[in-house]
Amino acid sequence: MGDHGPAKGFGRWLFTTNHKDIGSMYLWFSFAMFLMGGVFALVIRAELFQPGLQLVEPEFFNQMTTMHGLVMVFGAVMPAFVGLANWMIPMMVGAPDMALPRMNNWSFWILPFAFTLLASTLLMEGGGPNFGWTFYAPLSTTYAPPSVTYFIFAVHIMGASSIMGSINIIATILNMRAPGMTLMKMPLFVWTWLITAYLLIAVMPVLAGCVTMMLMDIHFGTSFFSAAGGGDPVLFQHVFWFFGHPEVYIMILPAFGIVSAIIPTFARKPLFGYASMVYATASIAFLSFIVWAHHMFTVGMPIAGELFFMYATMLIAVPTGVKVFNWVSTMFRGSMTFETPMLFAIAFVILFTIGGFSGLMLSIAPADFQYHDTYFVVAHFHYVLVPGAVFSIFAAVYYWLPKWCGNMYDERLGKAHFWLSFVGLNLTFFPMHFVGLAGMPRRIPDYALQFADFNQIASMGAFLFGFSQVFFLFIVIKTIRGGEKATDAVWDNPEGLEWTVASPAPYHTFTTPPPVK
Amino acid sequence: MRLIGKQLASKLLWVLGQVLLLPTLLMTSVQAFGASDAVVDEAQRWGLNMTEGVTAVSHEIYDLHMLIFWICVWIGVVVFGIMFYSMIMHRKSSGAVPAKFHESTAVELAWTLIPALILVMMAIPATSSLIKIYDSSEAEINIKIVGYQWKWQYEYLGEDVSFFSNLTTPQDEIYGLAPKGEHYLLEVDEPLVIPVNKKVRFLITANDVLHAWWVPALAVKRDAIPGFVNDAWTIVDEPGIYRGQCAELCGKAHGFMPIVVHAMEEADYANWLAGKKEEAEELKAAMSQTFTMDELYARGEKVYQANCVACHGANGGGGLGPSLVGTGITTGPINAHINVMVNGVAGNAVMPVFGNQLNNIDLASVITFKRNAWGNNMGDQLQPVDILTFKKNQ
Ligand code: HEC
Ligand SMILES: [Cu+2]
Repeated sequence: MGDHGPAKGFGRWLFTTNHKDIGSMYLWFSFAMFLMGGVFALVIRAELFQPGLQLVEPEFFNQMTTMHGLVMVFGAVMPAFVGLANWMIPMMVGAPDMALPRMNNWSFWILPFAFTLLASTLLMEGGGPNFGWTFYAPLSTTYAPPSVTYFIFAVHIMGASSIMGSINIIATILNMRAPGMTLMKMPLFVWTWLITAYLLIAVMPVLAGCVTMMLMDIHFGTSFFSAAGGGDPVLFQHVFWFFGHPEVYIMILPAFGIVSAIIPTFARKPLFGYASMVYATASIAFLSFIVWAHHMFTVGMPIAGELFFMYATMLIAVPTGVKVFNWVSTMFRGSMTFETPMLFAIAFVILFTIGGFSGLMLSIAPADFQYHDTYFVVAHFHYVLVPGAVFSIFAAVYYWLPKWCGNMYDERLGKAHFWLSFVGLNLTFFPMHFVGLAGMPRRIPDYALQFADFNQIASMGAFLFGFSQVFFLFIVIKTIRGGEKATDAVWDNPEGLEWTVASPAPYHTFTTPPPVK
Repeated sequence: MRLIGKQLASKLLWVLGQVLLLPTLLMTSVQAFGASDAVVDEAQRWGLNMTEGVTAVSHEIYDLHMLIFWICVWIGVVVFGIMFYSMIMHRKSSGAVPAKFHESTAVELAWTLIPALILVMMAIPATSSLIKIYDSSEAEINIKIVGYQWKWQYEYLGEDVSFFSNLTTPQDEIYGLAPKGEHYLLEVDEPLVIPVNKKVRFLITANDVLHAWWVPALAVKRDAIPGFVNDAWTIVDEPGIYRGQCAELCGKAHGFMPIVVHAMEEADYANWLAGKKEEAEELKAAMSQTFTMDELYARGEKVYQANCVACHGANGGGGLGPSLVGTGITTGPINAHINVMVNGVAGNAVMPVFGNQLNNIDLASVITFKRNAWGNNMGDQLQPVDILTFKKNQ
């Protein structure tokens, strides 16, 4: 092989099998989707700025809520984490590349097709998917617009991409670690991704099964989800949430790993309770399989089922609490500085915990009869996904960008981006708790007058948050194009193999395994 | 190692003591200065919290909600308190030297077990409430609720009383052409009427897609699922009008199918029910009557406003459904028109089957209306008996 650089031109990206190139492509793709999903969200917030219908018709509004959810979950958050895994996991475990580099290329390149297909449904007759990102049958089958078939195909492709990505990550972690890198020495980001990859392999086929059953109902005369033909619309929800609940952990476990890398660096103190972090992650992953029906407390389950899912859901608070306590203890008596990645990580801990609190409230089945399908739920999952998943991705980008491109980002701009995002996000999502409790259902294009004030605030916050992300794009491009040169360690004595290679990281790293202490 | 663990534990305890005091102080000072009525009113207007509602169950749920909320607040105060304490005290810029500790089995055990205990404390009242909510036995009144795209049907079982409940907010208010009324989007033509202090059982199902019947003041929310019947119950303490909305995405007009419950004293309820039954009798009698063109047209217009506007547009111009102006079935043979209205459109689930949703008078009127409105000028008309004959002959 020898040492060679990247190929020239577009072919470099099309044919690349290099984990760093593929990681970059995933990240850029994810950011593009983040902006697209963000535009959909802003359409929603613009319509909800005032009571009454001003900008869009309810039909289109429903397409926006659906596409916003699908694009953010499958297009923005998941690919961003896969991109980070591609970049960082080989460098963190001392491997030269991913275990299955050709498949790696393939699992990325089918994604743009999937999302082009999905987005194209908006231009089709009858409009795009309008049944919510949870696509409950029979609204998504018997009553769906014709474009639903394209949606199903797109979901299949995304699923295939995720499964291939996960196989690759598992194979890399289990087979390609440098000698001496035992499992319990792996950085937490590697651990959380290992567990996430198993979750993905377990549940993506369930999602594929779910949409295939829809396809059969729509085109081949079966009645899986149609009561008129002897089927069961509630079955849909069980199958969907058996996928859907682990899915939400798929979007947060890697974030736990990122934050567990960043906090020790800027507290200048080793991570508190490494082993308990690993065990907590594994427990959360296990519990994620037995709590799905807490999304369905109002479908009329027997009380035994209701109680089981309530207790199991409450239990998740324990390992999640352990994680938060560990992060706080890592900061405790450290020697802290507050660079941009640390700011995002701290905001993550605080705001994710708030999302956790509302999650605990939602787990109480009798109270959930009042919360379910209101804006309280919308507030809850945006608190765990935006300052949770999305902030952790921002933190990761600021933390590792100097290693990727060899230049330091501008700290002043980074902090400005943080504060704008922080204020914007809280303005957007905090009021949603209130309107939800006061009785505003989710997924409505127009609302009663008493919800007007808070909705107005939320809409203003959303635009602030949205435009801050364009600013983020500017910061990243500016950093890639130039700036103060980063040292190899970048930060003050950070832990991990990735900091032992040059900045920017050479095209090929660890072609011979590094020594592991 | 052990020493460090102890040091950490005592330090943690001290910080804990400090932060625990803080909110207590805050709360008492708020109480001492007294939240003025104006502040309370303002908070009410903005709608900050869950309603306490008007039933024993809704009160219980509210208390449960507040209990969990305060537990979360306290945990938050402790955790964030410690966090902010160290963010302030342990900064590199103020010369903090990092400690070296990175584990302590005792501390780890404590913060696994204590939260588990707190959870048990929450689970006990939650379980008891849930058991109560699930006991729908010994109801005195049974009402079947059916969700349709996009209206609710209420059927008083054993009473021969049944009606639909439609949104009455005019399109002009929705599109900003008229000022919005006080109960914008939360008003219907016929509310559900129930007596106070009686156990009323709801049997909830749906005709097309999923819906969810939710009235916050009663703390009742149950999914309406085609092919399944869910039950829920309530005993309302105070007479009044309580408003809610469909809570499960059900298509285009999901945001426009409100629920209004009118709870009355028992005597008033009995009167209302008697009146309703009389109306039903009158309707039966009217089925064989002959109406004039004007009567049919006026009634048909109302039926159209309540049932068809959402899909076919205010002036028949179309939307989710096709235009009804000057084309197709509306201006074609009248029998085909009756057929579409009674049986729906084969292979298309969107156009509802109105045969069992509208009575024969309404069907006759709405068909007559459409054939003569918006310049269609077909000049023909239908009587309820025509619909009856059509139904018999098919
Ligand atoms: C949920 C939406 C919806 C509602 C409500 C609705 N329709 Fe329709 N309607 C449709 C759709 C969609 C079609 C087209 C069906 C097809 O041809 O496949 C249709 C077709 C029709 C047609 C046949 C038009 C033609 O020329 O082929 C008539 C007549 C009609 N509707 C009348 C009514 C009347 C009267 C009402 C109210 C009582 C009503 N519809 C309510 C959706 C709706
Ligand atoms: Cu509905």
